[in-house]
Amino acid sequence: MSARPTLAVWKFSSCDGCQLTLLDCEDELLAVAEHVDIAHFTEMSSASVDGPYDVSLVEGSVTTAADRERILAIREASGLLVTIGACAAAGGIQALRNFTSVAELARGVYAHPEYLDTLETSTAIADHVGVDLELHGCPIDRHQLLEVISALLAGRRPVLPSYSVCQECKQRATVCLLVARGRACLGPVTRAGCGALCPSLDRGCFGCFGPAESANTASLARRLAADGTSQAQLSRLFRTFNAGAPAFRKESVAHDAPPAER
Amino acid sequence: MTHRRQSADRTIDVPGLARVEGEGGLRVEVRGGEVASVALNIFEPPRFFEGFLRARSFEEVPDITARICGICPVAYQMSACAAIEDAFGVAVDARVAALRRLLYCGEWVQSHALHVYLLHAPDFLGCADAVELAQLDRAAVQRGLELKRVGNLLMEAVGGRSVHPVNVRVGGFYRAPRPEDLRALLEPLRRALDASLATAEWVAGFDYPDVEGEYLFVALRPDGVYPIDSGPVASSDGLETTPGGFAELVVEEHVERSTALHARLAGRGAYLTGPLARYALNSGSLPEIAKQAAAAAGLGPVCTNPFRSIAVRAVELVFACDEAIRLIERYEPPDPPAAEVRPVAGVGHGATEAPRGLLLHRYAFDAGGLVREARIVPPTSQNQLSIEDDLRRVVVASIGAGDEELTARCEQAVRNHDPCISCAAHFLDVEVERS
Repeated sequence: MSARPTLAVWKFSSCDGCQLTLLDCEDELLAVAEHVDIAHFTEMSSASVDGPYDVSLVEGSVTTAADRERILAIREASGLLVTIGACAAAGGIQALRNFTSVAELARGVYAHPEYLDTLETSTAIADHVGVDLELHGCPIDRHQLLEVISALLAGRRPVLPSYSVCQECKQRATVCLLVARGRACLGPVTRAGCGALCPSLDRGCFGCFGPAESANTASLARRLAADGTSQAQLSRLFRTFNAGAPAFRKESVAHDAPPAER
Repeated sequence: MTHRRQSADRTIDVPGLARVEGEGGLRVEVRGGEVASVALNIFEPPRFFEGFLRARSFEEVPDITARICGICPVAYQMSACAAIEDAFGVAVDARVAALRRLLYCGEWVQSHALHVYLLHAPDFLGCADAVELAQLDRAAVQRGLELKRVGNLLMEAVGGRSVHPVNVRVGGFYRAPRPEDLRALLEPLRRALDASLATAEWVAGFDYPDVEGEYLFVALRPDGVYPIDSGPVASSDGLETTPGGFAELVVEEHVERSTALHARLAGRGAYLTGPLARYALNSGSLPEIAKQAAAAAGLGPVCTNPFRSIAVRAVELVFACDEAIRLIERYEPPDPPAAEVRPVAGVGHGATEAPRGLLLHRYAFDAGGLVREARIVPPTSQNQLSIEDDLRRVVVASIGAGDEELTARCEQAVRNHDPCISCAAHFLDVEVERS
């Protein structure tokens, strides 16, 4: 990497919340801009420098034919490609289309679906190009983003957890909602990173950071069912912002009603 | 008189607008010295929220709709909760309502500070971005970032986090914040109030193009208070109705250049929501300190120069900081933190003021509380036709300018309204064409 590496920020289908997280580093933003040359970041700047770029941060999922081509060009122009957020890592909330058809969804929203350029599926960036690092979360965590930028500047591997939210609850000494209160909580199967925010607010984890490594979703689902969670609820619980992540997709499909019973 | 250097026919084309949320562009065509067409193109890919909300449980709706926009998730959560509670006949107590308004103040401060300092001010000062602006005036950018930080702190204290807060539920909150945690924000908020007053003075010194719009303003107009989270819908031509009545009047069209639907009011046409509209219809309800800031920023009771929307946002920053202080000083934790919610089959409407304009939700539910039908009308699709009218006025006012200057002016004209394209696509591309 050159003395002052270049950073580019790209947007695909998304809510802009993860790139906003970079602007939310209020105390660090100007310092980051001193160490990094922010060469392309449409949401922040009307100036743009052509690549190649040392690091690209990519937000959003691929949902159009044009975007499928654009990500290839971005990969080509980037040294390291880091995805930010659940849309880029798993297709995001818009991957709910992967469980039905676009024609079905467009009806009732757009009078002329034929005007739309859209693919049948919303897919992760890694489904299209090689990705060097995925930052999870819906949205990503500001501290994790700063850790990644600092690590890249220092030329070391970033320290990011792959364990589950349960460990963060233990660290905060939050009483287990699942065990002590019988509350539906995805903490045991969800990647840490938020600091176990929801359980600290007396709310079960709803899986913003996607599946933890080797998550045993089937075992958790059995436990939740025994506590009274219906099959339809289980299916919806695993089918939100990380519905396209393989472990969550499989578990949500396992609890779908067979077509005849719908 | 200077020579007209420009050809009578040209095209201004901005395929990718910077410093707005989401993906859009603009195209203006000038033929024979006259504006032939203007278009705000929205090419943010459609995400089909209304489609995939069908058959989801009411409890999931605030969290799912928050994901429409990372800049104004609270607006989505609040309009959703209001609509669902309307459908089920749930009344929340005054303490829950006050805590919601406090959370919403955090979003206004965060979003307005972002827009004023990082997205809009660079246009007035000839900079590409806030980083370049910091080289000219570091103290100003730091003041803006500090304001934004305090908005985020407030969202974190009430909502758990600033992007997609997790503490909001239908009926209220999962857990009420502790009074001492909110009181700890009083000092930062008092500094933010000072920074907001300084913002109003700062923007008063900017050069504003001499352009006046003719707008039909639409905003919430509650009795005696400045609108955020509730109130009847009012217009500058005398309409006053409920959110449900308003929903009947909004006609949305799907046009080819846009994945956003274009809204107009039946029998009335294009209209504008957002800071200019809220201010025009409610400036009399601002607290004294915000009225003084408005005077310091050179504003009368109504502002129709869209470029001066930055001054109105500064006034709303003063209001939101002052309001947050007032709410924290009177804070009593709601107990329980949420009203009991029992779904019934029915239809509900909710309208609240997102930082960039009125946000309307309508849902129909079955008896089990599953969504049968969802309709979301975001601020930017309501503002799109008025933004295009502004583009036409700005091009006419600057027809003799060079392409580069005219293009910059057109982009600024779009940013005046803080469009949120991620929201609207369900929405923007600038091209100026002069043949």
